[in-house]
Amino acid sequence: MKTEYTCIICPRSCDLEVEEKDGACIVSGNRCKRGEEYGINEHLHPKRMITTTVKLEGGNSRCLPVISDGFVPKELLTDCLDYLYGITIKAPVKLHDVVAENILGTGVNVLAARDVEKG
Amino acid sequence: MNKTLIDVAVIGGGPAGLAAALKAKEEGLEKVVLIERDKELGGILNQCIHDGFGLIRFGKQLSGCEYSQRYIHMVRKTDIEIHTDTMVLEITPYKEVYAINQSEGVLCWQAKTVILAMGCRERTRPQVGILGTRPAGVLTAGAVQKYINVQGFKPGQKAVILGSGDIGMIMARRMTLEHMEVEGVYEVMPNLGGLRRNKVQCLDDYDIPLHLSTTVVRVHGKKRLTGVTVAKVDEKRKPISGTERYISCDLLVLSVGLIPENELSRHAGIRIHPVTKGPEVNQYMETSLPGVFAAGNVSAVFDLVDYVSKTGEIAAQGAAREIKQLKETAPQKLLPVTPGENISFTLPQCIRPEDGTITFYMRVKKSMEKLTIRLLCDGEVIKAMKLLVANPPEMVSMTVDWKKEYKGEIVMEGKEEQG
Repeated sequence: MKTEYTCIICPRSCDLEVEEKDGACIVSGNRCKRGEEYGINEHLHPKRMITTTVKLEGGNSRCLPVISDGFVPKELLTDCLDYLYGITIKAPVKLHDVVAENILGTGVNVLAARDVEKG
Repeated sequence: MNKTLIDVAVIGGGPAGLAAALKAKEEGLEKVVLIERDKELGGILNQCIHDGFGLIRFGKQLSGCEYSQRYIHMVRKTDIEIHTDTMVLEITPYKEVYAINQSEGVLCWQAKTVILAMGCRERTRPQVGILGTRPAGVLTAGAVQKYINVQGFKPGQKAVILGSGDIGMIMARRMTLEHMEVEGVYEVMPNLGGLRRNKVQCLDDYDIPLHLSTTVVRVHGKKRLTGVTVAKVDEKRKPISGTERYISCDLLVLSVGLIPENELSRHAGIRIHPVTKGPEVNQYMETSLPGVFAAGNVSAVFDLVDYVSKTGEIAAQGAAREIKQLKETAPQKLLPVTPGENISFTLPQCIRPEDGTITFYMRVKKSMEKLTIRLLCDGEVIKAMKLLVANPPEMVSMTVDWKKEYKGEIVMEGKEEQG
C-alpha cells in the first residue's frame, strides 16, 4: 500500500509516495536525498524542528527566539514547548548559545537564534 | 546644507539591503552607507522565528533570525557606515538622500549610486474591503507575528485567519503553539495562497481547517471584535447569498498579500511596473533612473529570502560597475521582455544588450505540470527549461547566458507538454 506525503524540507514541496515492502520503506516522487529521508521518517516516526521564543530578561526585547539543532519526535513537540515556556534566559546572549541541553532526553539541543545585547 | 559624498546609499537594512551593502564592500567600493528605520538591522526576518530560510544561500535550514544574524555579523565586520533608527525622507533624481534621526538630526548624502531595499508592506483591511464595524482585533499577520514573537503579547484568544499565504499559515501554527485557538483559515481563491509544505506543517499538523473559495464578508463588534461572518464565493469571487456563517472570535488575522513599498521611488520619478508594483529593472536591477538600483521585495514580492539576497548582490554589482565606469557610455536601447503565455511577470523586465549571465525570476499564472519555460527572441528559443511542476505562489528562476547579438522581440513563456 502506498501512502502519500508532501515533503516539507524545502519550498519545492515534493509529493512523495511511501511504500512498505519487505520491512523497508521505498520513497518515490522525491527530487533529492533529503526527501527520501523525510519520507521514511514521516511514515515511521514523524519529526519536527522546534522554533519558539523563551522569556528574556535584561535585553531590549522580552523574547528570545530559539531553534533546535535537530528534529524531535512530533508527538513530543508540545511537551518540549511547554518546557521552554517555563525557562527564563538573561541577556546578553550570543547566537547559538545553548538554551536547553538534550531537551526532554531527545538528544536535541535548543539554541538561541540571535544575539541579544544587554539593554 | 552639508552633503557627504558617498559611493552607494543602501536604503533599508533587511535581507536585501544587508546583502547589497556587503556585496558593495566586496566589490571594493569605499563609502557604503546602510540606512535602516528600525532600531536594529535585519528587517522583517527578526520576527520570523520559524525555520525554512537559507537553504539556497547557506545550504542549511535556518530560522529567519539566524539568517539575518549571519548577515549582520558579516556586515559588522566591515567598515560599512550603519545608521539605524534613521528614516529616509527623500531621494532626489540627482541621487541626494535626505534622512533624519534623533541623535544626528537631518542627514544628507550625495550618492554616486543608490540601492533601494525598502521591502514590502502588508495589505490591510481597507485594501480588501471587508464590511462592518471597526473594532480592535483586526490585525495583519505580520503585526500578530511581531506582538507574539518580539514583544511577547498574546493578541487574542480565538482567531480567524483570512488568506492562505505563507505568513497566514505560519501564524496559524504559531498561535496554536501559543495556546490560542485558531478556528480556521479562509481563502477567497480556489487554491492555496502559499507553499504546500506550509499547509502540511502548519495546518494539517494541528488539524486547522482550510476553507477555499470562502471569505470574510463582515466584521462584528463595537470596541473589540466579537465575531466575523464568512461566506462562500463564486468564480468571480462574489459572496454567494445563503452561504453565510457567523463565527465568534476576538481576533481576525489578515494575510492578504504584500505590496512593494515604493513611496521614495515614486517621488524620485522612478517608473513602477503595473504588475510587480516595483520599479522596472534591467539585468543589473537598475531602475529607470540611471544609477539607482532595486533589490529584493521592493522590486517584486519574492517567496524565498535567498532570492532576495541574490538580487541585493546583483544590484550591488550593478552599482560597482557603474562607479568603476565599466558600463558602456553610449546610451543603449533597452530590450523589453514580454511575459508570454502563462507568465504573469518577469524580473528583469528589460535588458541592456550586453554579454553576460542573467538570472530571470518569474511567476506563472496557473498551476502547471510537466511544463517548459522558454525564452524566445523573435520566435527562436534562446533557453528552455523543463519543470515537473510550477505553481503561482512559487517564483521560478532561470539563468540565461545572454549575448549582445540577441535583438528583436523577447518573450518568456511557459507551456505544458501536450499529451
